[in-house]
Order: sequence, then structure tokens, then C-alpha cells
Amino acid sequence: MFDLSTLTLAKLIRDREVSVKEAVCGYIDEIERTNNKYNAFITLAKERALERVEIIQAKIDSGEDLSLLCGVPIAIKDNISTAGLKTTCASKMLSDYVPVYNATVVDKLEQAGMIVIGKLNMDEFAMGGSSETGIFGVTHNPFDETRVAGGSSGGSAAAVAGKQIPLSLGSDTGGSIRQPCAFCGTTGIKPTYGAVSRYGLLAYASSLDQIGPIANNINDCAALFSLISGGDIKDSTCVSEKSFAFSENNEERMEGIRVGLPRNYFTSGIDSGVKEAVMSAVKEFEAAGAAIIEFEMPLLEYMVPAYYIIACAEASSNLSRYDGLKYGYRSADAKTLSEVYLKSRSEGFGLEVKRRIMLGSFVLSSGYYDAYYKKALQTRALLKDAYNRLFTQFDVIISPVAPTTAYKIGENIDDPMKMYMGDIYTVSVNLAGLPAAALPCGFDGDGLPVGFQLIGDAFSEEKLIRIARIYQNRTNYHNTTISAGRK
Amino acid sequence: MKWETVVGLEVHAELSTKSKIFCACTTEFGGEPNSHVCPVCSGMPGTLPKLNRRVVEYAVRTGLALGGKITVNSKFDRKNYFYPDLPKAYQVSQLYAPICRDAGMEIEVNGNKKVIGIREIHMEEDAGKLIHDARNNRTQMDFNRCGVPLIEIVSEPDFRSGEEVLAYLEKLRETLLYLGVCDCKMQEGSLRADVNLSVRREGEELGTRTEMKNLNSFKAIGRAIEYETERQIKILEWGGKVTQETRRWDDDKGESFGMRSKENAQDYRYFPEPDLLPLYIDDEWLQRIKDSIPELAHGKRERYQRDFGISEKEALVLTEHKNISDLFEAVSAKSGEPLEAAHLLTGEIMYLMNNANITPEFLAVDAGKLSVLINLVISGKINRNAYKETLAAVFDADVDPDEYIAKQGLKMVSDTNIVGDAVKAVLAENTEALADYRSGKEKAFGFLVGQVMKKLGGTGNPELVRKALKDSLSV
Repeated sequence: MFDLSTLTLAKLIRDREVSVKEAVCGYIDEIERTNNKYNAFITLAKERALERVEIIQAKIDSGEDLSLLCGVPIAIKDNISTAGLKTTCASKMLSDYVPVYNATVVDKLEQAGMIVIGKLNMDEFAMGGSSETGIFGVTHNPFDETRVAGGSSGGSAAAVAGKQIPLSLGSDTGGSIRQPCAFCGTTGIKPTYGAVSRYGLLAYASSLDQIGPIANNINDCAALFSLISGGDIKDSTCVSEKSFAFSENNEERMEGIRVGLPRNYFTSGIDSGVKEAVMSAVKEFEAAGAAIIEFEMPLLEYMVPAYYIIACAEASSNLSRYDGLKYGYRSADAKTLSEVYLKSRSEGFGLEVKRRIMLGSFVLSSGYYDAYYKKALQTRALLKDAYNRLFTQFDVIISPVAPTTAYKIGENIDDPMKMYMGDIYTVSVNLAGLPAAALPCGFDGDGLPVGFQLIGDAFSEEKLIRIARIYQNRTNYHNTTISAGRK
Repeated sequence: MKWETVVGLEVHAELSTKSKIFCACTTEFGGEPNSHVCPVCSGMPGTLPKLNRRVVEYAVRTGLALGGKITVNSKFDRKNYFYPDLPKAYQVSQLYAPICRDAGMEIEVNGNKKVIGIREIHMEEDAGKLIHDARNNRTQMDFNRCGVPLIEIVSEPDFRSGEEVLAYLEKLRETLLYLGVCDCKMQEGSLRADVNLSVRREGEELGTRTEMKNLNSFKAIGRAIEYETERQIKILEWGGKVTQETRRWDDDKGESFGMRSKENAQDYRYFPEPDLLPLYIDDEWLQRIKDSIPELAHGKRERYQRDFGISEKEALVLTEHKNISDLFEAVSAKSGEPLEAAHLLTGEIMYLMNNANITPEFLAVDAGKLSVLINLVISGKINRNAYKETLAAVFDADVDPDEYIAKQGLKMVSDTNIVGDAVKAVLAENTEALADYRSGKEKAFGFLVGQVMKKLGGTGNPELVRKALKDSLSV
């Protein structure tokens, strides 16, 4: 069961060859067996899942066709609101917070008959690229447990890579789905901004955040994407009217597809193992008949600064509501109102979160707004224009996801600048609101997975997924799992 | 040189939409604490705002009625600050592109007309309320008011006296009431005004201003302006400097107290609200809003004169308050007697209101009962005395006019025999007055009419009484 594709498992469940209970309990057992190794799960919702199992099985037995992933278990990044189920953002601030409502995506999954079996580890409030900053400890990379799983959706990628769950949801603000996918050898989609409702996603940076699927291959991702995408009256920024229509194909050729290759992404600051693997993917596209067109990506040196200014500015406001008064952590020895604010927030937030809140407050403060925040918005506008022009020339852009493979736990934690520069290839996609898929394309000298991304024009997920599927039809990296090593 | 007061006003009006600005919760005043809340307006993590279009329509309606320019490409911004009544720790407001700019309103004080500039009108969400419980020294939060839509109407510093401020506020209140966008109940906080005030020698540059808050009635605003003017003049005359600060008015003490100075002023770190799309008002929507603007006071004033032949003076009184003009229109429609209705409301009803110390906004009389009364007096079923008496009873105790008239025997007596008998009796009892009349004292006639009326319990048909009396005297 653990080596099947999710769509195959789903079909077996629909055909009643595998019961929902077998599937759900099988994965729960697997999580219980392996979670002390990976620490991908923060909360296991065993009872909630088992209750749902009966209901969904009954529906399947009565012939009701809920969806193409009906009966399949799923786990959710712990910054997505689940009614009655702790949603912590891996923060002391929310370590006991139980939401009263479901995020729209959770409602959609449950309506589709999927079974939420747990909440996944992450960097605190999705701020980080290594899943080391959460209060519940580091998530370990299933390929090498001494290494990070990436972040911030490290739990979401590690749980899929470690076969603890067939599918998961992550969120991507500056690369938080794609980078852990690259580090863990999984496949993930960061959808177009506005393709998936953010209602119920505990905001880090509202204008950049998007929820997306993580799975072992692009087909499973696409199936999950078809369930969560589409309009939502509760989210004004969710502008797509229709949900993604899932279809499969067995194409192996991509004649006529124009693939942009940003030459300057490969010149410096990139590990040779990563470069080689990504270039091998480029070769594969060429072999499949695609036209590879090199170009110079503009504004490269401004991407990371613009991203951190905008993301932190929004974060400083979004995280203000965690004030120790209404829910979440409150310092025990606060005596006055200002002490409640000061002590609860000083004690409740971790270092990286506080660093970003301070940075964000600074760039929005009077006297600095024009010099930083406004400039960053202008950069963002220029970047959007640049991408618009590029997509008149290309169908997709191919790029590395991260300059390195998974690094050792603790290796970069004290060097925020190095961490931030690790986002160089991913943040522009969020600034421009574009969709991107991260796909595995090989291993480096240490046997660690390498991923690349395909970036598409806004709301071009159909084309993006089709091209990704052709790539995976021709390659087998997405099927190279850790299962051999796990015996 | 004389001192001059310079005032600018920031008026907050709660819009009377049914639901809140960003969620479907009711805007109803009061209710059990935290009973009108949902995850959105209580700021639960992960929730998002959804703009109520009706709020935009009300704000635009107000902007158009005040002659402003509507910002068709508008947007919202976040104003960040920590306070327990603000669950998200930011208020969604408008800084960079408010919905309306460059409006204004003409006021009149002591016969002098003047236009007060309105710099902008912007939309925002209201905050909750803190309830301080002194007994156990606890503060509790009530989020019912969180997310109730507000417009803030920001004037230019164009006022030079408290009278001008009050004239503006009166007129603004009536306009908002006529527009149907705000119920303007200061005691419930649905209309609030902050006063920015400075003083200067006439002709000089603007002085340092203070901002005064917690002004809960027009009276308090008048007093606060007077107090603050004197306070600032005193400081300046003693060679001191006015501190730029926010002050809190204490109406019981009749004093204001400094809350925070500019040095401690908050930096609100405004930035565009990323959870809402920019707001675009297309021509069609704008036209629909224009078409939805109800008739305002001046329109009604002209129509009353033109269609009903009501005097300018009466038309003015009738339209000064929406409550009065609403009542007038209901009574004239029901009775079919607009002129009589106008007389009634500008005369007797005003008199009764003054006596009872009731202001127009609190006037509550049944239009149906007033129309019944008008029809009774015009058709001669009752005379003017009975009309007034019944009116007072309707006004005070909401009695049913027909029942009251029957019970009190107020039906007009037009039976010539009964009137003739009363005349005979009065002439027999008042020989002195009779003699006076005969000796040429016209006044005595009036006295005798009064006596006959009295004999008839005030219900005599006045024309008949006069005629019968004249006839008897000329015999």
C-alpha cells in the first residue's frame, strides 16, 4: 500500500478492495512507528480520523461517488485551521490553540471524503527554510535523518517522503512547499496566488501565502489540487472561478513547448551537485522535444530583499493579534496590560519570528516606509512586468529550487543571511503570484535528492502540470523512495 | 488683537447596514456581550475579511450628498496598534485612497452663511468595547461592536466658533438621517465627534492644536470647545506653549485631561490591506448609488411649497428634522390635508414638544391618529377646542381619538335648539355683560361667546354659537 501511487490506492478504496479503515489505520500505524525518527507530525488525530472512517466507508458502500481521492488519508500543515483539532503553527504562542472553524481547504477535503489524520511540523509560523525553529523540535529528512527536511513545510514533505502519509497540504510564501519537496525528493505545487482559498491559513504574509499539495508524483498532486482549488466567498483574493479539472495522460513528448532557462541562476552560489541534476533535467526536456531558450533573469539581486521586506511587513501586522489576551500563550507573571503584551509576545514567539516582526515593523514605520516598503513594492511591480514579458516567450521556466541539497541539522540555524539566500530561486514566484511545481530530478554526491521547479504564467496550472507529467512519464526519480533504506 | 478659535472636526458615523463591514454578523446595538460575533470579526487566526458592498454604497451616498468627489479606484489600509478592544491588533481603514474627497457643507449661524470644507470621507471598521468592572478590578472584552461599519468625515479646520461647530453637526446629522445611512444616536455612540482645536491671534498662523475625545453629546461638544479655547488662551497669555496632545473630555467635571502627547504618539504603520482587493466603482454602480439617494431636506422644502402651498417658514420647520418631515408626509398622505397637517406639526405639536421637553429625534406620535383628528376637525365633527384637547391626550398617552372624544363628550354640538337654550341661559345669568354690550362695549360679546362655550362643555359649534348669540342680541 505504501508504495502505491495515491490515485491507485484511491481506486482500490473506491473498488472496495482496500477498506478506508485499512488505509487509515495502516498509515496511522506507520506514523506511530516512525514519528520519533522524523518528527514530521505535531498532532495525530486518531479518534477524529476513525470516526470519519465509518462515515466515509458507509458512503462508499452505498455507491456514493465523493471524489477521486475519497477515503484517502491526508495530513495538513499545522498552520491550517482545523475545527476542534490543535493548530499550533509550531509555536509556543499557539501550542494549545484549538480553532473553532475549519479552513476552506479542510472543508473541501472532508466534503471530498478525505480523512485528516494529523497536523504536520513546520518552521514556527512558516518562517524558515529548515523546519528547525518550531517549538516541537526539528523535522528530520527521511533520506538522511541527520539532515533537515527543509521548510517551512518540512513536516508535509518529510511525512510524504517517509511514507507516513500519501498526500499532504503545505503552504508556500517564499518557497515553503517547493524547497522541502526538493530536499525530501517529493513533488509539490505552489499554485497561482488566488487559485486556492487562504481562508483558515494562519497568515504569515497575506499577499504571498498560498496553500498547495505535496505528494510522491505530479498526478497525485494534481488530483489533490483539483479538490482544493476554486473560488471561495470567504476569501476576496481567491479569484479563480473554477476548480482545476484533473485528467491523466501518458504523453512523453513535448514538441512545441518553449522552456526558458535563466542562465544567471547557475553561475554562482549553487552547489555543483544541484547544478548537474537540474541540467540533466534540462537535457531531458530537450530530449523530449522541447525548445530550451536561455535568458538572463532580471532583478536577481533584488528578489530576496524585496521578498523579506514585504513578507516581514505583512507578518508584523498579521502576528499582532497574538497578544496574550484572547487565545494562545499568556505570560504568567504579567501584571499590567503592557506587560501582558510584552512578556507574552517575548516569551511566546521564537527568535526567528521576533526577528521578522521587528524587521517588518521597522520597514513600515514612519520615516522608513518610503525607503524600504514602498521600494520593495516597486521592485515587486517590476518583477511582475518582467515575468509577464518572459511568458510571452516561454511556456514554462525551468530553475533550481534551492542552491543546495538538505544540509545538516543545526548547520545554518545561526546564520539568517545564509538561510535567506537559500530562497533566491523561489521567492520571485511568490512576489509575482505565479504557479510553480517542484519535481525531483536526481541526487547529489551524498545521495541526497535534488529538485527543480517549473514556473508557469498565472493560472496556467493545467499546462504546468501537463509538462511536469511528461517529465515524470520519462523519468523515475519520483519513484526512488527511501523504502530500501528503511528496511 | 483678538483671539480666534480654529476647529476641525472628525466625525465618526456608524452605518446602519444590517450586517458588519467584513462578515455577516448583525450590527444591532447592544445584545449579550460577544453574542454578535463570528471568527472573522473576533479576529480568529486565519480568517479573512469580505467587504460588504452596502457599506460602500452608504459611504458613496454620503459623499455624493455632501458634494464630494468619489474615488472610483479606492482601497483599504491597515492601521496597526495594540489595544484589547481591537482583536486583530489592526483596524482596517483607508489612508491612501479614501472613498471620497473634497466635499463640503453650507452652514448658517446668526444669518451668516459659510461653507465648511470636508477633506475626506473614509470607511473603516469599529472596535469592540471594554467593560471595566470596578468590584473585582477586572476588564472584560465585548466584541459585538467589532466590525460595525463606520465612515469618518474629516473636515477642514474651517470652524471659528462653537456655534459653527454645532450648526455643522446638526446639519450633518440631519443629512445622514435623511440619507438613511446612520441612525445618529450619540448616546449609543453611533455618531461621535473628535474636536481638533487651536487658538491664534486673528490673522496669524495656525497655532498648536489638541485633539479632544469622548464627546458624547452636542452639549458636551459646545462646553468642551469653550473650555479648551479658554485653557489654550490662558496658557498662551502666560507665555506658555500649547502641547500637541490628545485630551479626554470629562463632562461631569467639565474639564479635559491630557491622554497622550505627540512624543508618545503611536506610529500606526499603515500599509495596504493585502486581504482585500482594490475597490473599483464602475459607472453603472455609481449611477445606481446616485439613483438610490433619497430626497433631502432642501428638495422636500421646495416640494412642500410647490405641491402643497405650504409657507416657506412652515416648510423650513417641517424639514429641519427627518423625524418631523417623515411624520408630516405620513399625516398628509393619510388625512389628505397637507396644509392642516403642516399647521398641526409646526404649531400644536411643536408647542407640546417644547412643554414636554422632547427633541424632534425622540418624537413618537402615531400618524394615523393625527390624521383621524385632522379629518374630524375639518369635517366639523369636533371643534378646535376639542381638537386641541384630544391632541394633547394623543401626544401624552397615545389614546384613541374616537374613543377619547366619545368618552369625554367632545363631539361638536351643532343642534340649534341646544345652542339656543345655552344662549338664553347665559344671557339670563350675565345681565352685567349684556348691559356692557348694549352700551357699545364690543369686548363683552367675546365674553358671552366664551360663557356659552363653557356651558356647552367647550364642544359647541363656534359659528353656530356666534350666530345664535348675535341673533338673540339683535332682537
